[in-house]
Amino acid sequence: MTAAAISQTTPPQTAEPLLVLSGVTKEFPGVLALDGVDLDVRAGELHVLFGENGAGKSTLINVISGTFPPTSGTFRFAGEEMQGLTPSAARAVGISPVFQEFSLVPSLTVEENLFLGREKSAAGVLDASGMRRRARELIAELGFDLDPKARVDRLDRAHQQMAEIAKALLGNVRLLILDEPTASLTERETGRLFELIAKLKSDGVGIIYVSHRMREIRALADRVTVLRDGRHIKTLDAATVTDGELVELMTGRKIDVLFPAITHKPAETAIAVENLSTADGLVKGVDFFARAGEITGIAGLVGCGKSELVRAIYGIAPIASGTVTLRGEPLHRLDPRTSLRSGIAYFPANRGVEGLALSRPIRENVSMAALDLDRYQRRGIIRRAAERALIGPIMETLKLRPPNIERPVGNLSGGNRQKVMLGRAMARDLDIFLFDEPSVGIDVGAKVEVYEFIKRLVEQGAAVVVVSSELPEVLALSNRLYVMHHGRIAALLEGPAKTEQNVLSSFFEEEAREKAA
Amino acid sequence: MSSATTLSTRSGHASSQEMLHLVLRIGLLPILMAIVIIGTSLLSPYFLGWMNVVNILRMASFLAIIACGQALVIIAGGFDLSVGAVVALASVVTAKAMAAASAAIGGPEIVAIAIGIAAGLGSGIAVGLFNGLCVSMLKVSGFVVTLGTMSAAAGIGLLLTNGIPVYGMPNSFVQAIGRSQFLGFPLAIYIALAVILAMVFVQRRTLFGRYVYAIGGNQEAAVVSGVSIRPHLVGTYVVSGGLAALVGILLTALVGSGQASLGGDAMMLQSIAAAVIGGVSLRGGIGRVEVVAVAALFLTILGNALNLLHIDSRIQPIFLGLIMVLAVALDEFSRRRTARV
Repeated sequence: MTAAAISQTTPPQTAEPLLVLSGVTKEFPGVLALDGVDLDVRAGELHVLFGENGAGKSTLINVISGTFPPTSGTFRFAGEEMQGLTPSAARAVGISPVFQEFSLVPSLTVEENLFLGREKSAAGVLDASGMRRRARELIAELGFDLDPKARVDRLDRAHQQMAEIAKALLGNVRLLILDEPTASLTERETGRLFELIAKLKSDGVGIIYVSHRMREIRALADRVTVLRDGRHIKTLDAATVTDGELVELMTGRKIDVLFPAITHKPAETAIAVENLSTADGLVKGVDFFARAGEITGIAGLVGCGKSELVRAIYGIAPIASGTVTLRGEPLHRLDPRTSLRSGIAYFPANRGVEGLALSRPIRENVSMAALDLDRYQRRGIIRRAAERALIGPIMETLKLRPPNIERPVGNLSGGNRQKVMLGRAMARDLDIFLFDEPSVGIDVGAKVEVYEFIKRLVEQGAAVVVVSSELPEVLALSNRLYVMHHGRIAALLEGPAKTEQNVLSSFFEEEAREKAA
Repeated sequence: MSSATTLSTRSGHASSQEMLHLVLRIGLLPILMAIVIIGTSLLSPYFLGWMNVVNILRMASFLAIIACGQALVIIAGGFDLSVGAVVALASVVTAKAMAAASAAIGGPEIVAIAIGIAAGLGSGIAVGLFNGLCVSMLKVSGFVVTLGTMSAAAGIGLLLTNGIPVYGMPNSFVQAIGRSQFLGFPLAIYIALAVILAMVFVQRRTLFGRYVYAIGGNQEAAVVSGVSIRPHLVGTYVVSGGLAALVGILLTALVGSGQASLGGDAMMLQSIAAAVIGGVSLRGGIGRVEVVAVAALFLTILGNALNLLHIDSRIQPIFLGLIMVLAVALDEFSRRRTARV
């Protein structure tokens, strides 16, 4: 259907590529976000945009999809000069973006969201059954496990992502823009998405794909354009370029190893959990422990309960039954305040929602979890000079760039936001660190710094728990690796048993066991 | 005038861009205030007269005190619609308690006055406490809770008085608090300055102020950071209720009787307007009380100017409304122009 619509509207193939940007510049007050960028995307091509956070990728795709106009430069699409483009005009000519931040209305159903702004109607009356049929057809064609009648706010992130992609593909699509589309999809859903991308390409749809994941770039890309500091660095043929070259072009420096070599020295048990179940039923009877001086990993698919497990330990997810023991002493109260006071830090996966007060400056965000300590306040009155003197050096060691701690966090890129979170943990003395998806939404350069940070913590004798959906990450970092499946521990892998093969097979064994039961 | 117009049209687009940058940098408030002050002083000889200036400052003091509390609540992500009704309630409670105490005790008037003031402040703090507890424990939105207490407080005020002013307060209360002056200015102005300075200190230097910003900025993040939400939310409503009651007492002393018609919806709306024009974000997390106090002064000057210029009192709310919309629009505009780095 999408294909049919496209082949009807695509004009006879000309020499000019589908999208041509030349010399596009975008200036915000005080910031040159794009500096004379050239980009062309051919029909039927998948073109990867590659660059660190803040390199200008988001600005570029926002210009292409009409969110804001470029300050200067020319923008041609399908042989026509685009001027005064708005998001709806862009959709009308066939430019369809899927942003990382979702454009879904939470209180509406999937189906209502798909047709939002382009409802089928006759004389002002909605054609409900027509829309439902079309929504079902589209979802079936995409192979998504998605109920068109479900309200968006009742869906988890992965399903919201599916709805977002379905929305972009409804109607006439000639240029699809995907911004980290697989960030919250499981392996199977990612596979479906790749099949879909292949089909769209054969139908002549041009695709701009933003991703940090090398594996995806390898599997999908025709060409790669590297951006750095708002400038076009190079456009390369994906078949001939190496990973090392790409990373070097992106960062402007050589990064040899992504994962640092970590020396684990397991000591006494820092946290032990016995027969823990959460009130929402996502964690069922889990036994788990983490020792000081080593990284304990928890792997699993999206929704397997691994995040909820650490959230329950920290005291955000209410527990139904079970015990949590901290350094040999059972904990009677589980809430964030008590956890922090007993030395536990938690780094949420969704930094925007649970981590940071975006309107407040970096300094206040960093000190937020430590202000009850005497070095920051006396009898409720904040010692501002002391605060500044403590927070400044913390952010310096984390290499905050630019190093101004008075800027609002809302103006920061993903990598810098994660540094603010890390800074918060350094603002008080903690020795148990729970990381929930530590590298989601940040670029390679920032990832390396986060891993180095974790390495330092462990080698100083802290207990670190890393929860991650990125298998290579948990495999490389952890000394002991738990695998979770449907709320239970499916396996505990140590030493040589800690391989990708074993993690995957423990999923399948668990799946088979559940089927049998 | 005409030469200025031709100048600006000639320089065209570039100069209007520069103007916009200037407005964004200085802020709308000082510019509007300068326009109103200069314009009115040229058009009305009474405007800069001593009596009028003192009058403006006194009225601005009342509004500024209430707006400080309102701003604190909005910064924490709430809303306090009950402030106007609390002014009336506190006025009635103060007058009743003071009159009853002075009749019953008959001793030194200072005791009766203290009892009356304590009762008035207590009534406001009680309403604030109720608001805060409902918001933080029942998870009802502040808008709805305070809409309810606004109605209830106004009702209690009417019930206590039957709409008739309450007299019988000691004369020294009216003399000392309502009419006394210091260095030529009424006491209310000094009280307002003290409140504003105290609130600036609370906002910038105390844990309470910092946590209010954090909760308004991102409540979930504050929870994860171990901030206890409930006492701070309750605190903002208690401060707001207490400050509204303070204004109720000051107004009672000024008019010499307890009246259920003091404060009211107009004062509540003006307090929200002052907060918003003063740069408090309705999304929470942003705002400084000193700017809110300046906005309260501006609104008072504007009302005074419109009166002196004999502008129909039915037209005046239209000005207020338009300026409020303009202020919020400008705030939104400047927010959008800041880019991510």
